[in-house]
Amino acid sequence: MSGKQKKILVRIIISAVMFIPLLVAEHTGALDRLPAPAVFMIFLIPYAVAGYDVVKKACTNISHGKVFDENFLMTIATFGAFVVKEYPEAVAVMLFYQIGELFQSYAVGKSRQSIAEMMDMAPEYANLEENGTVSRVDPDDVEIGSIVVVKPGEKIPLDGIVTEGETMIDTSALTGESVPRRATVGDLLYSGCINGSGTVKIRTTKEYDDSTVAKILELVENAGEKKARVENFITRFAKYYTPAVTFSAIALAVGGPLISGGGLASVSNWLMRACTFLVVSCPCALVISVPLGFFGGIGAASKQGILIKGSNYLELISRTDTVVFDKTGTLTKGEFRVNRIMAADEDRLLYLAAHGESCSTHPIALSILEEYERRGGKLDTGRVSDVKEIAGHGICAMVDGRSMLLGNIKLMDEYGVTCERYKESGTLVYVAADGHFEGALLISDGIKEGAAEAIRELKALGVNRSVMLTGDRNETARAVSEELKTDICYAELLPGDKVTKVEELLREERKGGCLVFAGDGINDAPVLARADVGIAMGAMGSDAAIEAADIVLMDDDIRKIGTVIGISRRTMGIVRQNIVFALGVKLLVLVLSAFGAANMWAAVFADVGVCVLAILNSMRNLKEVH
Amino acid sequence: MKKKFKLEDLDCANCAAKMEEAIKEIPGVVSASVNFLAQKLMIEAADEEFDDIVKKAAECISRVEPDCKIIL
Repeated sequence: MSGKQKKILVRIIISAVMFIPLLVAEHTGALDRLPAPAVFMIFLIPYAVAGYDVVKKACTNISHGKVFDENFLMTIATFGAFVVKEYPEAVAVMLFYQIGELFQSYAVGKSRQSIAEMMDMAPEYANLEENGTVSRVDPDDVEIGSIVVVKPGEKIPLDGIVTEGETMIDTSALTGESVPRRATVGDLLYSGCINGSGTVKIRTTKEYDDSTVAKILELVENAGEKKARVENFITRFAKYYTPAVTFSAIALAVGGPLISGGGLASVSNWLMRACTFLVVSCPCALVISVPLGFFGGIGAASKQGILIKGSNYLELISRTDTVVFDKTGTLTKGEFRVNRIMAADEDRLLYLAAHGESCSTHPIALSILEEYERRGGKLDTGRVSDVKEIAGHGICAMVDGRSMLLGNIKLMDEYGVTCERYKESGTLVYVAADGHFEGALLISDGIKEGAAEAIRELKALGVNRSVMLTGDRNETARAVSEELKTDICYAELLPGDKVTKVEELLREERKGGCLVFAGDGINDAPVLARADVGIAMGAMGSDAAIEAADIVLMDDDIRKIGTVIGISRRTMGIVRQNIVFALGVKLLVLVLSAFGAANMWAAVFADVGVCVLAILNSMRNLKEVH
Repeated sequence: MKKKFKLEDLDCANCAAKMEEAIKEIPGVVSASVNFLAQKLMIEAADEEFDDIVKKAAECISRVEPDCKIIL
């Protein structure tokens, strides 16, 4: 509890201690013998103790021309109660209002705290090593290329490369992944992760402001600036709500006695009803609960390594109808491997292919070399000469004095090599020596762990269409699509075609639905931007992906798309509950009090009580992380 | 220039919305936002007017919620 809250608490207690005996005395009739002004004075004391600051604020606000402010409304309402000689009512309402405000302020403080705890990945200091001495400095003051020592248990203050030592890194603050990662000399470490077992020295590669942790914190903090539609609606609604209720209160105070007639008793009765209206007119519960609900959702997501750039995206993704995936790097690993060797003598073919491709840096060539070395082969580049690359087709080279051809079927056709035509999915590298077909290697990209599960999960969540886009060959694409059971698959697309396809899909989109595109953030920035919601994967350390996407998955796990849809639906549920609950209770109390069936106590509950409950409901979102 | 300030004792969400609106109406302000939960104010304005605008923003804030202070 803050100092300010403690002061209010003390005032509430003092006021309550004075008020309760008065209330008893009033009910037993002990106060009846006192003259009216004296009774008024007695009740004014606990009133002033509890609510003098409210009255003071109301006065200053009037001098600033602000009438529709809750302090002013409370003051008018309680003064009204005094005027009609409902003294206990006036004190009780003020007291109850202050208790409510205290609860509200406490609940807000608590939620701020839990958000701060969750965002507690900012490093407080860095151990900078200079000329052999280590000193503690602000991470902001560390220049690029400095050496920073990170001890066990400390947060990594800046992005950097390990120059000394070996350790396990806990990346859970960034990725939600709980299995620690090994790091040794040459590995890149990201700021915000926690160093596990060993002391390491790192050479920083970024300034603090550009480092991963600063980028993430900024992103989460700014998420509130992109407001969801329901949030804007509520802010606009609040602007009209307070004046509308205030004017109906005036109408009630003036119109009521005129219609019903019936003298002074009726006037004061209607005045009380009008005052009750004023108490209900504050829109705070509405205004606070909606952004708080979204903030809880964004917070819960970031705990799992999912960064959401704005409440609006959380609102959109809850209505996901179509999910479009880029294949390579998203559904598949993006790493090529030799899957099968089609030849009588596999090792012989691999030997020829590896040497033929030994000068190439193409991913396909690298995968052949890797396989060759994995099987214990040693590369002897002295045996290779006259390497010539034929763009789009393959390579020709001399290996052991034989003229080799390595490449796709077009290369074989061009040189008139007769060979078997394979129909397997993946990339085929045909090998010919001296114009004679030797065999082929099948190279393919493995499907990512959890990809099939992710798509199943999306279907279970009611996503209508899952679409796969790829620049790859039709056969390869179909095979992956069938294995993962995506609904639609578009293959052999050029990078520009992907945008066109997404635009086509957007046109087919059901009204109110949302199209999500998930890619690895490399080369697909235009598509990420074009989709309703763009999700970039495996973004840890990739500025481009963080920049282009609306939602960023820090690790490579595409199952998190289902998670984020789940979080968004829960968030929207909570926001809707809050709106319906807050508006419902307020309307109910308004109607009841118009007919004289609700007193001011109910009105105070409709104001602050509802607000506290809405805050507590919103915080549920932060706590419930599955 | 875009700058962030911390706010102290920002207790009411509706007030935060009112502050944001009032600050946006200060001439010269390109964009402004008050984050109730983070208790932060962001102002974007031209460099040469910036200090003046921050002063005016502080006035707006104390007018809406006298207890709330901007930490410069």
